[in-house]
Formats: sequence, structure tokens, C-alpha cells
Amino acid sequence: MHVHEKPIFESSYTVQGGNFDEAGKVASQIKVSLKKLGLQTVVIRKAALVAYESEINIVSYARKGTINVSITPKQIKIETIDEGQGIPDISLAMQEGYSTASAKIREMGFGAGMGLCNIKKFSDQFQITSEIGKGTYLKMIINIENGA
Amino acid sequence: MNIETIVKCLDLNVFSGFDRLKTEVLDGYTGDLLSDVMANSKEGDIWMTRQVHQNIIAVASLKDHAGIILVHGAEPAKDTLEKALRENIPVMGTNLSGFEAAGRIYNILKEKKDATATPP
Repeated sequence: MHVHEKPIFESSYTVQGGNFDEAGKVASQIKVSLKKLGLQTVVIRKAALVAYESEINIVSYARKGTINVSITPKQIKIETIDEGQGIPDISLAMQEGYSTASAKIREMGFGAGMGLCNIKKFSDQFQITSEIGKGTYLKMIINIENGA
Repeated sequence: MNIETIVKCLDLNVFSGFDRLKTEVLDGYTGDLLSDVMANSKEGDIWMTRQVHQNIIAVASLKDHAGIILVHGAEPAKDTLEKALRENIPVMGTNLSGFEAAGRIYNILKEKKDATATPP
């Protein structure tokens, strides 16, 4: 049972699918906010990576999505909810190197099958659910205490 | 060692971030897979890549890289250059291959580190 703590920061961002020109913008905004809060560098780095990869996933695979960030003194919670094709086999999608990315996406250096693995690796808690034809939900927690 | 030293040693073409060439280079990273660079490169790295689209600026900015070197004669795409100038991220170019550019920078960094290391 988690002790409910009041957030010190909350924000929600919309990400348009397919818009690679803007990809990374939300992650940059999140990083700026975390810096302003004066969080530890190691925590900011983890959160920036998690936010970036989540954003790239929405841009690459969904029509649109929302990234919610909520920060308490103890943790950063990043949630992404997208409207998209969904993931038929999550355990397969979690395998490093597995990707359904198009040639166009791969040419840009995305779609190497590392995104979800990296998100999981850099999060202290990671949750993923998906519904075919509807979309995918990700929830990541990054601890601020014991952040190293 | 700062970016300027690398620019001089490798005779790099500077596309952007002209007033940030004094930025200290701590280490380097090479890679064209953005997820790999996001996960494994570090703050203060000089990043060598063959990717020229504008997402490289977002990656370099998020990772606090010292700068980006486009290898093998690559030049930034128009929107990449605009973004780099706007965000003041140093982007350089070289005709050297990624292998050779990385090798030379590795040696320069190593020499500097050895020179400043305190003897046991």
C-alpha cells in the first residue's frame, strides 16, 4: 500500500502520431520542468529517457496520445495513453530487437526494438497494457529517494 | 578538452553552436540508433552519427551532449540546422568516416586524460 502524497508537479501533454518533426518536444518540456524542481541529475536523466521513448512510441505507432506526469517528493509517475493499433503480443514486443517499425521509421534510427526495453530498464516500476485496435497504456514510476 | 580543440585537430566544419565551442568534452559516443544513444551515451559526450534529421537535436539536448559530429561528409538537413541554430546545439561535420573520427577523438581525449592524471 502506497502512502498517498500530494503531487508537487502535475502536467499533461498531447502527442500527435506520425509527427516526427516534433518528436522529443514533450520529453524536452518534461526535462525542463524536472530541472526547475531541482531534482537529482540521475533521476532527471531516467525520466527524460522514459518520457522520450514513450513519446517516440506514440509518434511511431499511434494516431495520438497523452503523456501525464505527476511528481511527489518520493517519485515521478509517467503515464502514456495512446489511441492506436495496440500491441498483439506484449511479451514479444518487450523482447529487445523485436520491432514492427516501418522502413521509414528505421531509416531515421528509430524502431530498433529497444524502446520498451529501455523504458523498463530505466524505470523502477513498469506496467503495460494494450488492447488491439484501441491503444496502449504505459505506467512508469521513477523513485526520487534512492534515485541512484 | 573543449569542442574547439577537436574542431581544430580534425578540421571540422562547424554548422551551429558557434558560441558554445568552449564546451568541455568529457567523452564520446558513436551510434545511429537513437534508442541506443539515448540509453548509453552520457552528459558531456561528443556524439558521432550519420543521422542528419532533426531528431538528433532533441536527443543531444535531452542527453546534454557537448555536441554532434556528422561523419562521412554528412550535412544537417535544413530543418535540423534551423533547430540546431535555434537551440544553440553545436553541430559539426567531417569527411572522415565514423571509425576514423572516433579513433582520433579517442586518442586526443586519452592523451589529455593521461596528461592530467596524477601519478600514483
